[in-house]
Amino acid sequence: MAVLETPRASHRVRVRRTPLTWLRGGGLSNLLFAVPLLFVFGAFSWWPIVQAIVMSFQKTNLVTPALFVGLDNFARVLGDPLFLTAVRNTGYFALLALFLGYPVPLVVAVLLSEVRRWKGLFSALAYLPVVVPPVVAVLLWKFFYDASPTGVFNVVLGWFGIGPQPWIQSAASAMPSLVLEATWAAAGGTIIIYLAALTSVAPELYDAAEVDGASVWQKIWHVTLPQLRGVLLITLILQIIGTSQVFLEPFLFTGGGPANSTITILQLIYNYAFQNSLGGNYGAATALSIMLAVFLAVLSFVYFRVTKAWSTN
Amino acid sequence: MSLTPNLVETARVIETADSTALLAPPSQTIPAKGRASARRRIQAEAEAEDRGIVSVADWRRRHVRWPLNAGHSVLLVALVVTGLGPILWLAKSAITPTQDTLRTPMLVFPHGVDLQNLATAWTTVHIDVQFVNTLWVALGSWLLQVLVAATGGYVLSVLRPKYAAVINALVLGTLFVPAVVLLVPLYLTILHPPLIGTSLINTYWAVWLPAGANAFNILLVKRFFDNLPREVFEAARTDGAGPVRLFWSIVLPMSRPILGVVSVFAIINAWKDYLWPLLVLRDPAVQPLSVRLPTLQQAIQLDVYLAALAISTLIPIVLFLVFQRMFLRSAGLGGAVKG
Repeated sequence: MAVLETPRASHRVRVRRTPLTWLRGGGLSNLLFAVPLLFVFGAFSWWPIVQAIVMSFQKTNLVTPALFVGLDNFARVLGDPLFLTAVRNTGYFALLALFLGYPVPLVVAVLLSEVRRWKGLFSALAYLPVVVPPVVAVLLWKFFYDASPTGVFNVVLGWFGIGPQPWIQSAASAMPSLVLEATWAAAGGTIIIYLAALTSVAPELYDAAEVDGASVWQKIWHVTLPQLRGVLLITLILQIIGTSQVFLEPFLFTGGGPANSTITILQLIYNYAFQNSLGGNYGAATALSIMLAVFLAVLSFVYFRVTKAWSTN
Repeated sequence: MSLTPNLVETARVIETADSTALLAPPSQTIPAKGRASARRRIQAEAEAEDRGIVSVADWRRRHVRWPLNAGHSVLLVALVVTGLGPILWLAKSAITPTQDTLRTPMLVFPHGVDLQNLATAWTTVHIDVQFVNTLWVALGSWLLQVLVAATGGYVLSVLRPKYAAVINALVLGTLFVPAVVLLVPLYLTILHPPLIGTSLINTYWAVWLPAGANAFNILLVKRFFDNLPREVFEAARTDGAGPVRLFWSIVLPMSRPILGVVSVFAIINAWKDYLWPLLVLRDPAVQPLSVRLPTLQQAIQLDVYLAALAISTLIPIVLFLVFQRMFLRSAGLGGAVKG
């Protein structure tokens, strides 16, 4: 190792840097290997991010030259009556998804981790909905949600003597229906993450708890859950970050209806930019995305602070 | 470009990277701490076979065994109904005449089977075109992501020019920017791309190129390369291998496991993505299944439409059943699989 280092070290001291030494030192091949990354990230990540910030302060429609308008776009978005509706709806979606989608995977994963035979079958079944392409899942459920008495879910409810439900047709039940499908589609992934976390709980902890005479419930409460708190917090914050950007379900199920009861922030951004075929209000769209991004950045900051605190404990 | 927040993926990787066999390099040069935790993990896994929350002694107790067995039976029924049920219903309805599905959706073939639906969906509705398009989208995204991740990881981790730290910081920085922010400016970039001059709308490059800019892949591959043994590189250099030779003959063969993970994520995301291809692939002739299916609904018979949905689901499910182990391991690792 030391022998190998010597020539390079002396090289650095002795030679003045010229293009030729740069070339001999492998500078060109370094750059060539970096080209794919630099090109793709430069053109399709870094530059658009800069553009997004600039555009949020501009009035632009791609035809006339862009005009700087200060905070007008932000004022326009905040003054839009749909803005509050979209924020409320997104918050409602996130809250329902939390109540429905957060405890279910945990209970399933804990129960599943104690299965002794056909464990692979159990986890494969739990994961199966995740494999269905999201668009197909939504379109399929849209048919299930048919509000007529011969709709799939209404027929099933009929077996239990429950009358037909309006599902996505009514403003009151539309959002819960969306959350139900979203939970079905996503729970499998969370279950697998919890299962992985459950296998990493040190068995000695359970042994120790048994020596103290702990029952199964006490072991779950005093050993399993505290051991999972890290991963539970991560999935919680990640779920909030994910649901704040929900788009597919409202867009394909209801298009934001009925009566704007399912319009979400991302759908509002989409509407600003792309709904009008004559040219979108790109300024308002980017201004709203920047606001959402700042909110998510605060969340992820909290997330990193908290995980750091957990891991140093 | 997937609208899954990048942060989700990173966070899970950072969290699970150390506890995952997928990320361990094929050699023994795991740093001491990693090796210790790896040993602990193997040990833990071996013991987990016999022991979880419920001990062997617990299993012998009647008031534990019976409720637990009952709970497992309920769980199995619930998983079959919710996990398998909708998919079986779709498979059944794909070969059921429209009127039967509308009137009696829960009866199994009251008036016989109509296999013609599948053929109509494939040939007359031309799901075959969308199917091939989906394959193109997935193939190109996969190739570009592997290319960018492998060369990028190589520069940042092995070659390490002076500017590597800056690039690395800029790449990691994009993980904190949610994809929503990119939506509009990226669309405008595709409309008026730099250097090329002509619009990329309705070309697959519009999907492939943004998919290549995946910081999560770079992070994965760089972390993997960082753990490869430096001695091998030094030995190859002393034997006169240049950077290209080193990349092609040493680094690439050693990085097969991590490129496999990148490939799984790339192909699954390409198959699932909706909003971005919807924006940039306006022409039905180039649209993948995910974009085309919602527009088909009004245009065609219900039975053929359901057959089209079933065909679109078939490949992902077959892939899952064949590579089940890899899927579940990747899901535990990344969660990028999650939409």
